[in-house]
Amino acid sequence: MSGGVDSSVAAALLVHQGYEVIGMMLRLWTEPGKEGSNRCCTPEAMALARRVCARLGIPFYAIDAQEVFYNQVVTSFIDGYAQGITPNPCLVCNRQVRWDFLLKRALALEADYMATGHYARASHAQNDSICLMRAVDRQKDQSYVLHVLDQEQLSHALFPIGEFTKPQVRQLARDYTLPVADRQESQDLCFLADEDYREFLKRYSLSSSTRGPIQNLRGKILGTHQGLASYTIGQRKGLGIASPQPMYVLRKDIENNILIVGGQEELGIKELIACEVNWISGTAPASPFRAQVKIRYKASDAWGKVFSLGENDARVLFDEPLRDITPGQAAVFYEGDVCLGGGIIQ
Amino acid sequence: MIEIDPQKLVKKTYLDYAATTPVDSRVLEAMLPYFQQSFGNPSSVHTYGQKAEAALEEAREVVARHLNCIPEEVIFTSCGSESDNLAIRGVSFAALQQRGARHLLVSPVEHPAVAKTARQLANYYGFDVEWLPVDEFGRVNPNEVAKRLRSNTALVSVIYANNEIGTVNPIAQIGSICRNHGIPFHTDAVQAGAYLSMDVAELNVDLMSIGAHKFYGPKGVGALYVRKGITLLPSQTGGEQEFGLRAGTHNIPYIVGLAKAFDIAQVEKEERSDRVLPLRIQLIGRILEEIPYSQLTGHPVQRLPNHASFVFKGVDGNALLMALDVAGYACSSGSACKTGDPEPSDVLMALGLPREWALGSLRVTVGNQTTADEIKAFLDILPEIIARMRKI
Repeated sequence: MSGGVDSSVAAALLVHQGYEVIGMMLRLWTEPGKEGSNRCCTPEAMALARRVCARLGIPFYAIDAQEVFYNQVVTSFIDGYAQGITPNPCLVCNRQVRWDFLLKRALALEADYMATGHYARASHAQNDSICLMRAVDRQKDQSYVLHVLDQEQLSHALFPIGEFTKPQVRQLARDYTLPVADRQESQDLCFLADEDYREFLKRYSLSSSTRGPIQNLRGKILGTHQGLASYTIGQRKGLGIASPQPMYVLRKDIENNILIVGGQEELGIKELIACEVNWISGTAPASPFRAQVKIRYKASDAWGKVFSLGENDARVLFDEPLRDITPGQAAVFYEGDVCLGGGIIQ
Repeated sequence: MIEIDPQKLVKKTYLDYAATTPVDSRVLEAMLPYFQQSFGNPSSVHTYGQKAEAALEEAREVVARHLNCIPEEVIFTSCGSESDNLAIRGVSFAALQQRGARHLLVSPVEHPAVAKTARQLANYYGFDVEWLPVDEFGRVNPNEVAKRLRSNTALVSVIYANNEIGTVNPIAQIGSICRNHGIPFHTDAVQAGAYLSMDVAELNVDLMSIGAHKFYGPKGVGALYVRKGITLLPSQTGGEQEFGLRAGTHNIPYIVGLAKAFDIAQVEKEERSDRVLPLRIQLIGRILEEIPYSQLTGHPVQRLPNHASFVFKGVDGNALLMALDVAGYACSSGSACKTGDPEPSDVLMALGLPREWALGSLRVTVGNQTTADEIKAFLDILPEIIARMRKI
């Protein structure tokens, strides 16, 4: 529980349905001195989560996960940027903290399930396996960050709000008279404490914040960049170069600290390779298949053909070129509403 | 609006009497008239005030009788922590003012009410806090106190019975040494009040803190014994209540409750000890025998009769408390666990325990309502729960 609307309503629904419910809240890492502004585990958020549990008449426990969160999530975030990729810490958090560290602790309390306030659905298929499905509310769907789950984790997972839209969830919070109904949410990363990630990175990794040249594909120097970590693939604004036509970030040359840009016609790739691929069913598909692919949490579906390569890799061939395929983000494969799995873009 | 029935609680067994105790019904009964019938302010001139004042002074006499002191030496406060604050801060400031004394001698196994007050005096007021050594049981050796006393020592403070590990300190011997050197000696006796002798003449203490809710009295009231001749600055200023040492309108029902609870505790302490001691022996014996990599914390004999505390290697103490709570047993650990803080407690670290042991602490404290059957049931499930915690 986070003291937010979604997890609070998830708990209320389960209590209402007759489950024996225990509230658990993760205390995640925040930079020393900024403990008051971490989005999801400020003392204020913890007090709210406690109030919700008291309202529901369920026990509440705070679980300290600062160490595991720092070691797994924050370091991979910093390292990722240092290597020039654009990491997605929420994926790491779901894999390592929520659905491993926390799930183990929930199961150690002899819980049968761990429920979260994610917008997603889990359903049993005919062959006894469990499918991860997109939420009814497509706008809020979070199956993207849950594509890291396996069958074992899904067998313990409940997503009580996946069948509802966000406005319905807010209404449920009011109906249950939970003290969180009107709480605002932030899209920022929790540990950044409302700060721009570039400011955060400057304190933690030097190399990715070092200035260097901006060049086009032919090696012509067009300007100076402020550190490669500050840019994402496909970015147009904020490059600070004078050019007759709009210029886009094409790629990053980490080794030489060069930002490579080009015109719109040079942008766009039809193919990607994903590694660390997780197939939710537990087995990689034997033959290539057509799928909708999401290359970012908020990206629209893009049609393409997915080829499983060996154990953990996959290749995606898109029907149309995409201009913002970003190494470090996940490519997640869907067949309609069913999330098949995904991996990290190379 | 959708109504939700609060979840039905499984039967709970309370094994955390060192945290707090339920109010004895005799105590509650004694308190009740002072909420609505005799509600006067003891500082008032009229009859209402006089009735309240009579109750206040009678309470003071009862407490003084059990402390073996005169009533004027009993100061009522709002809790044990306030008593500690008043003693430490009050004596230190007065000693600094009167004789330039800046040296504080404090044990490293104090309740935070003492330890943090001493640290604040060091960090903000220029006091020099010296932490006494303790043995592996958390006991202070009186000779170590003697070695460290200086002419400019403002105060010595050593906890009577430790809240986390139950160890009872040789207060009378330490007190005698301090008395011989003319140095004020304070003891935090908040945990001791329920079971141990509180005779200040025997204990050779100059200041002693108690809190009512540890001995079946209400929360929100405490007392401080201040021996005549000890000067201290008030930590709460205002009216002249409590001999000018603790301003604020007297909380008569709670003060009456403290006196009644203290009276019962001191009269019945042997009977109560005889009841809980076999449970403690059972707890310690079976846990050490049946659970591998377990260790008793605190002294095996010189400890509170209702107090059993342990560390388990490779166990997350907070996770253990949750699992026990879910299983229906309310226990405690050494650390401030409500926020999930993983750091081992200062007290356990002061015993020299390695971190991987100190993180897995468990405190089981029994009381008036605890039955042998409950302890047996608890001991029957504990080994399995510890084993489960070790698998996380």
